[in-house]
Amino acid sequence: MTPKVKATVMEARDVDRALTRIAHEILERNKGLQDLVLIGIKSRGEVLAERLAAKIKGIEGTAVPCGALDITFYRDDQDTHTPDKIPQQTELPFDVTNKKVILVDDVLFTGRSARAAIDEIIDFGRPTAIQLAVLVDRGHREFPIHADYVGKNIPSSSKEEVLVRVKERDEKDEVVIAESEK
Amino acid sequence: MSWKSKDLLTIQDLSTAEIQTILDTAASFKEVSTRSVKKVPALRGRTVVLFFHEPSTRTRISFELAAKRMSADILTVQAASSSLVKGETLIDTLKTLDSMTIDAIVVRHKCSGVPLMLANATNASVINAGDGAHEHPTQALLDLYTINEHKGKIAGLTVTIIGDVTHSRVARSNIHGLQKMGAKVRVCAPPTLLPAGIEKMGVTVFHDLDKALEGTDVVYVLRLQLERQKKNLFPTIREYSMLYSVTSERLKRAKKDAIVMHPGPMNRGVEISSGVADGPASVIDDQVTNGVAVRMAVLYLLKGEKEGEK
Repeated sequence: MTPKVKATVMEARDVDRALTRIAHEILERNKGLQDLVLIGIKSRGEVLAERLAAKIKGIEGTAVPCGALDITFYRDDQDTHTPDKIPQQTELPFDVTNKKVILVDDVLFTGRSARAAIDEIIDFGRPTAIQLAVLVDRGHREFPIHADYVGKNIPSSSKEEVLVRVKERDEKDEVVIAESEK
Repeated sequence: MSWKSKDLLTIQDLSTAEIQTILDTAASFKEVSTRSVKKVPALRGRTVVLFFHEPSTRTRISFELAAKRMSADILTVQAASSSLVKGETLIDTLKTLDSMTIDAIVVRHKCSGVPLMLANATNASVINAGDGAHEHPTQALLDLYTINEHKGKIAGLTVTIIGDVTHSRVARSNIHGLQKMGAKVRVCAPPTLLPAGIEKMGVTVFHDLDKALEGTDVVYVLRLQLERQKKNLFPTIREYSMLYSVTSERLKRAKKDAIVMHPGPMNRGVEISSGVADGPASVIDDQVTNGVAVRMAVLYLLKGEKEGEK
């Protein structure tokens, strides 16, 4: 079922500009790409992490290692939630110990996904830092989680859904607000 | 995602979609076993009981590792050291376990149907880890996973199961599973080791190993279950071995890229030669590795939602 779209809040060029800015901010704040790795939260965070990696390579000329997490096994609602999709694989082709991890997700909402992702990363090693980059911060935090890099703040009602679409999976890049199906 | 049932009792009762769901889920759990910290919190706070009434090394350890790698708590109940020897019935033992609020029971028993009986008497999930000569569903699932991993598909393959089919729950589960996934199944053994009417399961019956191996993609060797044979079903082990042992020479009859599987434990030199068991076509070690991933997937899919917490 396709949710009923109420408004498009970012178009493809807005998404691209936001990612370009975040790539610059990551490099500025970390003073280059020494020990930097990008880890996307599956599935759309993975795509965004790859886009950021490409942009960083375009700016600095050097590739940044890029990985992806599936956080299904780390969710905090294991007892009450049966996942509706088959879990995917976590792919971290590098050691996170002593690395600066940029965790990438599409939407920051309650902060629960970020918590699960941080716990999973820590099971792989001890990074020197974890920073969070999101395309959209829609508010309604339930955990003390804060994004270091935000594409766009989109104040939303908890009855709405903020959907990030990427062309690799959804035909085109855009961010829309839709009515919640729940 | 297609998963509804509380228990995993047989392959016969599973749909093709359910089998596919387990195999797909197992792929993500396989990655967990390659990490340096081989543990995820997916079953934290859950209690899994291993209830084994027959000797077992790999199945029990495989389930134990699977549960531990998902952070579940494990209890092992061995028949020989439990109240069952004092005359307690299985159902009463189950009720005792149930009263201590367990979440899943992995059961192996020499009688067919025991897992079903237990499943009907408890709210916990029951997983059949082998019941008599009936079924051993997780073995068949790990075999399907291994075949798919090596061949990239299951549908259309020719799989030849060789040996003691009569006494083999592994054979029965595999025949059901392979057929549901679209493979063609052959069985090959002396007539005394094949149950009457086996062809009604849709398999092609062979008594000549060389003919059976012709054009085979997967050679599945069963263990000669000497402990279950009440009467002499063949003259001598030596004769059986001469006619039915899978050797490097015989394996040449199968397809060039054929793989060889065995559920273990092996009687080397009886049903399989060491040359084949340790040879390039053997995927026996992969079967064991995949067993943990598949059992993690099964425990995960069966965990369901706790009542009253939603």
